[in-house]
Amino acid sequence: MVLRPIRVEAQADPTNVDDQSYLTATKSRSLWADAARRFFRHIPSVVSLVLLVLVALFAFTGNFFAVWTNSEVDWSVLGRVPELGAPSLESGHYFGTDDLGRDLFARVVQGSQISLMVGIVGAGIAVIVGTVYGAVAGYFGGRLDSVMMRLVDILLSIPYMFVLILLLVVFGRSISMLFIGIGLISWLDMSRIVRGQTLSLKQKEFIEAARASGAGHFTIIFRHIVPNLLGIVAVYATLLVPQMILTESFISFLGLGVQEPLTSWGALIAQGASNVMYGTLWQLLFPLGFFIVTLFSFYFVGDGLRDALDPKDR
Amino acid sequence: MLKYILKRLAVAIPTLLILIIFSFILMRVAPGGPFNSERPLPAQVLANIEAKYGLDQPWHIQLWEYVVGIVTRFDFGPSFAYTDRTVNDIIAQGFPVTLTYGTWSFVLAVTVGCLLGIAAAVRHNSWIDYFAVGTSIGAQVLPNFVMAPLLVIVFTLWLHWLPGGGWRGGQLPYVIMPVIALGTSYMASIARITRSSMLEVLSSNFIRTARAKGLPSSQIIIRHALKPALMPLLSYLGPAFVGMVTGSVVIDVFFSTGGIGQLFTNSAFNRDYSVIMGITILLGALTITFNLVVDILYAWVDPRIRY
Amino acid sequence: MKSATQKFVAVATAALLGTTALAVPTFAANVPEGVTLADEQTFTYRVLDEHSSVDPQIVEDVTGSELVRDLFEGLLNQNADGELVPGVATEWSANEDNTQWTFKLREDAKWSDGTAVTAGDFVYAWKRLVNPELASPYAWFGELMSIENAAEIIAGDMEPSELGVEAPDEHTLVVNLSAPLPYFPAMTTHASTFPSPQWVIEEHGDAWTRPENIVTNGAYVLTEHVPQERSVRVKSDTYWDAENTVLETVTALVINDENQALTRFLAGELDRTEVPTGQYPRLKEEHPDAAISFPRLCTYYYNVNLRENGPEALKDVKVRQALAYAIDRNVITDQILQGGQTPAYTFTPGATANFEVPSVPFAEMTQAERDEAAKSLMEEAGYGSDNPLELSILYNTSEAHREVATVIAQMWEQKLGVTTTLNNMEWNTFLEARGNGDYEVARAGWCGDYNEASTFLDLMQTESGYNDSAYSNEEVDSLLSEAKTLTDPSANYTRVEEIVAEEMPVLPIYHYAGVYMLNPQIQEWPVNNVEQNWYSKDLYRVAE
Repeated sequence: MVLRPIRVEAQADPTNVDDQSYLTATKSRSLWADAARRFFRHIPSVVSLVLLVLVALFAFTGNFFAVWTNSEVDWSVLGRVPELGAPSLESGHYFGTDDLGRDLFARVVQGSQISLMVGIVGAGIAVIVGTVYGAVAGYFGGRLDSVMMRLVDILLSIPYMFVLILLLVVFGRSISMLFIGIGLISWLDMSRIVRGQTLSLKQKEFIEAARASGAGHFTIIFRHIVPNLLGIVAVYATLLVPQMILTESFISFLGLGVQEPLTSWGALIAQGASNVMYGTLWQLLFPLGFFIVTLFSFYFVGDGLRDALDPKDR
Repeated sequence: MLKYILKRLAVAIPTLLILIIFSFILMRVAPGGPFNSERPLPAQVLANIEAKYGLDQPWHIQLWEYVVGIVTRFDFGPSFAYTDRTVNDIIAQGFPVTLTYGTWSFVLAVTVGCLLGIAAAVRHNSWIDYFAVGTSIGAQVLPNFVMAPLLVIVFTLWLHWLPGGGWRGGQLPYVIMPVIALGTSYMASIARITRSSMLEVLSSNFIRTARAKGLPSSQIIIRHALKPALMPLLSYLGPAFVGMVTGSVVIDVFFSTGGIGQLFTNSAFNRDYSVIMGITILLGALTITFNLVVDILYAWVDPRIRY
Repeated sequence: MKSATQKFVAVATAALLGTTALAVPTFAANVPEGVTLADEQTFTYRVLDEHSSVDPQIVEDVTGSELVRDLFEGLLNQNADGELVPGVATEWSANEDNTQWTFKLREDAKWSDGTAVTAGDFVYAWKRLVNPELASPYAWFGELMSIENAAEIIAGDMEPSELGVEAPDEHTLVVNLSAPLPYFPAMTTHASTFPSPQWVIEEHGDAWTRPENIVTNGAYVLTEHVPQERSVRVKSDTYWDAENTVLETVTALVINDENQALTRFLAGELDRTEVPTGQYPRLKEEHPDAAISFPRLCTYYYNVNLRENGPEALKDVKVRQALAYAIDRNVITDQILQGGQTPAYTFTPGATANFEVPSVPFAEMTQAERDEAAKSLMEEAGYGSDNPLELSILYNTSEAHREVATVIAQMWEQKLGVTTTLNNMEWNTFLEARGNGDYEVARAGWCGDYNEASTFLDLMQTESGYNDSAYSNEEVDSLLSEAKTLTDPSANYTRVEEIVAEEMPVLPIYHYAGVYMLNPQIQEWPVNNVEQNWYSKDLYRVAE
């Protein structure tokens, strides 16, 4: 529900990227190898990573196991879902059926695809736009920087969720509109963080060196600055994905999500929750289970990544 | 400092103008209009209504008069859907509701969130830590449109402790469930932020020094660690407070509280242009104000920051 | 967010009452002997949305009309069966050709500030209704009532003072019509025609309807209104029949979510709420006294776009028939809605007064026969697995519409091999798309304006503003305009239904039912009033 209040708690100090580690970072992978080693020592993160892989596998291979398609109505169940629509191996409805006798397993598989896609594409847009914007502003500095950052301030004061609702009402519901709407604002915090990091990075000697050797501005930004920001960007991105998924679920709750017969976790959960009194609890529990496991995992992986990339010993 | 505040306020005005124009245009390009209904109105009647509200004027004149009305009379216009109330009336009625449960949620989220976060950090990697992290993430990922109906089933239908909805001028029993449903996800974020910054502070040199001096750990935490640890939280609180006030759509739907969240979505669906714009402007102004307040607080708490 | 049942023009029973009616016994809560009334005479019910207004001349939604019927009283009321009974008027009569109506008003009717209700209050209200300055969304109702000069006044060509209505004395109201209208009295039960207090409106302007300002002449006064939350009306002591009014306090609570409303009903916070789709059988079993279902004067159907720019395939009558036949209506009524709705094979509901449902051929077949017929029709039209038809169904956001559309799409897909896409839009966008013919098949619902078949069948007229299919058939047009002049038009209606069943410009799906959870303590709910015009003064609450 809350998109704006995402703050990366990681204060990975850019001063840690000294020229020594920069050299090692570009020459060998040892900085990353170190991080990986630290990450894999943290059990919850590893478990979470495994769970994420399993959810992704479920989303993209689950259809091979489904007996029904996601839109097919099981006429024998329709109208008596609480009695006949419960999860069962026999009927092929492993997760039971929804209120129209459609196979919930197939629907959760398909909903997972949509939700994961929304999460990853949404976070991707935010990361790419935010990184480029922030790096450009921070690198060039001066008037360009203040104009660019003022714009970010202005955009940040827009009541975001409300504008998203307006956009979906005005332009009709569609996945692409959802991406545009989410993408429009989610990069703002990213750009601020990246700008801050860039400001201190550009004082470093290796940047001076690159400049002296005649490298163009954009070469410096993309070859030298951005690679050094990857750590914090990665952390931020993992924390952004669950936010995107949450936002999508809220939009679905408002009835502005994807079109039937397509569905998403949010749409499935909203439907399951509205039927919670009517003896069809599985309609809530299965999608909610996947939703929670995924979000949990993303948070843990994000935390693990941050700890691993932040060389300070905790 | 004063100069800085004035500068920020100067930027706020064009920001609000942009917001007004943006939402105005969005509404006008939206299909349908405020007087659309299943039984289309006869052309003459529709023309009379549009003339009454000045909707027959060209867009730029409507926009101009709207802005002039706000600036000179602080008048946000009439509502198209509810003829006996102006937008000012409607907001004056709905906003205090949202503000009340928003503020209580905020207080709940900050208090519980901080305590949970500090406890988790102090007892790092103990069961308290795992419990705190687990519950906070759990609270964060449980959508409030799931939590709200569950709360009503448990506390209203089964236990008969609390009324299942309504507001009644904000009497305590009516406020409890909205506050819980709204506050928990923020509480979770606050707990997580507090925990990680507390951890960072506790591992810093000056705390080590304090420990080495043999100070009791409760004193270390309260006297030395707390303030720096809560710093990162500040920048989160501004957006969080606004988020709580605006995040009221779900609360209003499930608890029939009559706040501005539901008002906004209904107005968007009904194309009640003036109400939508009124709320958008209000929230925009609120966001700007809170961002500013947080920055000032920041400077005040941390003397190193100078504007 | 709104459905067909929401915007509702209740014109009341068009039962032709003859030109003169004598005073009949008034109608109020008739509490039988031996019934123990509850100590607290309260009634609390759920409404979906905030009402638009309680100004009689402005109100346009069902919720608001319910309030206005309690707060104000018009010339006539309806009883539990939908028949006309005296309101402020005790006698009414017309001239020979039904172009002039005279109403005698009772002398003991009072406003809540003690002022007497006079014919002048009606004259003021009706002129106000058509006044372009007020710009009432229901101004057209004055035109529909055929009051002299109404149309010209709305158009701004004449002054409101020239409306054909006058008060020769304080208790006589005379209305001149521009066309003969035998059912004119029935129209005076509609909220738009209720009187309004000129002195209050002039004093307070638009704010006159607020609880602190409002003056009403009905059985109740408005005491509290918190927008988006609740409105409370309390029995009025100045009402002429206050003696027979039993319910003391009536509260409407705005609850958007119907499941939430049901939970609160079950927790005892509400006396009435709607039953969510498909939950009626279970609730009937668990709460046999509370769950009720009764027929309504509404039809749920799909429009087929017959415009020039519409899909080519739908211009083929065989395709339309195939689509209509392949819908298994019993599955929809018995397995999805499950609330006492009835399958529709004709456009007009059987509950309509004086309407005999004609036997159209496809209603007589079994579903298996219909499916067979549909398949061969589709083949004849040249569509099959090698050349599948592609269609999209447009519907507005709502759980029930979603379910019906999903299942119909599956029926078409499985039986006829039609590839169907579902297209769901929020209300306003949906109306715009459907009104502009920007769709292939679109969901629609229609509720009768008055209890007579023409309120449905007139939609089939080429010129009808609600003919969203853009259907045009000369024979239908002439049959319908002829029906207006006939004493017994039923033969014409039967013929129109037959033509519609043959040509399928619309695909009728089901006829609505009112499906409620109603606290069994609340008595005398007018289930036989198919328009659901209910008055709190007729209800009462018995002890548990």
